[in-house]
Amino acid sequence: MDIGRAKRGATERSNTEKWLWGGISCLALIAIPFVLEKGFSQYDLYLVIKILVFALFAMSFNLVLGYGGMMSFGHAAFFGVGAYCFSLLLVRASCPLVLAFLAAPFAAAIVGLIIGYFSVKIKGVFYFATITLSFAQLVYILAFKWRSFTFGDDGIQGIPVPAFISTDVSYIPYYFFALVITLICIYVLWKISKSPFGMMLMSLRENPERAAFIGIKVERYRLIAFVISAFFSGVAGVLYALLETSIAPEILYWSMSGDVILMGLLGGMTLFLGPALGAAIMVFLNSFITSYTEYWGLFLGTTLILIVLFFPKGLGGLAVEKYRTWVKGKKK
Amino acid sequence: MPFDPSILFVQFVSGLSRAMILFLMASGLTLVFGVMNVINFAHGAFYMIGAYMAFTLTQYLTGPLGFWVTLLIAPTIVCIVGGIVEVTLLRRIYKKEHLLQILLTYALIFVFNDLIKIIWGVDLRIVNLPKSLQGFVRFFGHRFPVYYFFIIGVGTAVAILLWLLLKKTRFGKVLRASAEHRDMVGLLGYNVGGLFTLVFVLATWLGGLSGAVIAPTVRLSLGMGMEIIIQCFIVVIVGGLGNIWGALLGALIAGQVYAFGILILPNFAMAFLFILAAVIIIFRPYGLLGKAA
Repeated sequence: MDIGRAKRGATERSNTEKWLWGGISCLALIAIPFVLEKGFSQYDLYLVIKILVFALFAMSFNLVLGYGGMMSFGHAAFFGVGAYCFSLLLVRASCPLVLAFLAAPFAAAIVGLIIGYFSVKIKGVFYFATITLSFAQLVYILAFKWRSFTFGDDGIQGIPVPAFISTDVSYIPYYFFALVITLICIYVLWKISKSPFGMMLMSLRENPERAAFIGIKVERYRLIAFVISAFFSGVAGVLYALLETSIAPEILYWSMSGDVILMGLLGGMTLFLGPALGAAIMVFLNSFITSYTEYWGLFLGTTLILIVLFFPKGLGGLAVEKYRTWVKGKKK
Repeated sequence: MPFDPSILFVQFVSGLSRAMILFLMASGLTLVFGVMNVINFAHGAFYMIGAYMAFTLTQYLTGPLGFWVTLLIAPTIVCIVGGIVEVTLLRRIYKKEHLLQILLTYALIFVFNDLIKIIWGVDLRIVNLPKSLQGFVRFFGHRFPVYYFFIIGVGTAVAILLWLLLKKTRFGKVLRASAEHRDMVGLLGYNVGGLFTLVFVLATWLGGLSGAVIAPTVRLSLGMGMEIIIQCFIVVIVGGLGNIWGALLGALIAGQVYAFGILILPNFAMAFLFILAAVIIIFRPYGLLGKAA
């Protein structure tokens, strides 16, 4: 499989090369906000943070779709529950930030456990998509209609962001806050995907019957993946709430679940970083295109159709393929 | 306020007319899946085009027969669009995995939504009922819009015609055969590719018809396609994916669940449908009339 091959490629690379690339990436990540603030605008920095948030969301989603082969059409529920739980704890209960930040992903994970418990047994892409969609829409309806608790379609305004990461004057402090948390989460996801558990998950995707045959408890593995994915989606939801300082039930809507699938498709679901690339493309293009035309959907739809027809491994997958043939050509 | 049992009858009738719209839609969805093994997320888009076409056509066709002609022309335009989509896009992905098929048709929703936005704008549009279908019928002291019964009539007529088409014609036989064994039908010398195009055209015609039929009862908006497609998913899941009679049964159940759900918890009527879908998938994964794969 592709992921396996990519990994072997990584270990073959020498240690110095690894450190070099790591160093360059670190410097770039530290430099980005200052460059953007000087040369561009606060809005560009805001977009970069948005990319971090959605990259985390898309990568945690990909644990379920790319690694687990489960087409969840309800991941907005976990993102939204994370954001809502965090915001409600702050606004309704004046809960300390740290506590709210810790509680929200667990709330998302619990919702993931409930939805996952019923869903992981379901076979067939469409059935899995519909059952996760149904549950997620239930959560959406709850947030939308239970006005006295969730503020309904007004959403939650003025989420109290503590001063040290306040985005009133500059996005730089929050950039570093979001960056550190995103990187930690991505590192954990990376470790999980490389662990025996991650390997097992991929074997389930490729051939669930055979995996069951050699004694793997298919449903339990899928459920664990689902819950982990929900947890990190919840973290992304919290980061989103802090970035926007207001949330609306739309973040729980099916179109959000659809967006995160599209990010995976755009960047490439077979690559670990593919969904992050997809998130970056989606956020940037969206902001770029919508500043010229209101027909963002036409552009997005056409792009996706082309990708499905010609580059089903996504732009990331395409780049890796090209890189490999280029390396091969050089060796010859 | 004392409970008035006749309200149950009112809800039953409104649920029935809702069910018929759902059936018109879901029959197309399930036909495409049954024969071509493709889930068409964009089916709602065809419904939306049908509704907007009905809006435009009724602007020009103002005579007494205008609405009736619209009911024929609007779906026909929609099915031409459907044919183009099948020949240019869907054809390329039959052999690919389900995930990519879903994503392709999902992408089509974005394209069609924006095309409709370009052609018709974002204003809410209203289609006027023809004089002959306005007014109310009295039953048990309640007034029912005549149009409810018209919708129920159209749904019943389509159900009967589909039954005749599938059971009594050669086309229907070949269709059912290729749902079972696509390659075998091809080997017998039938043009399966052409058959698929015809099925997709028929399905999108049904989608366009449901859009044109619903148009006078709702305000047309860009969200209407996705709203109905999600309900249709529930319908085909309940009835059994790929089974026309399952779609009918599922639609009847979903229509009533919605109509009575709205009595119990007005704000959460849709929630009952999602619970219904979840319960069915958990306890009867292949639907009430579906076969295990």
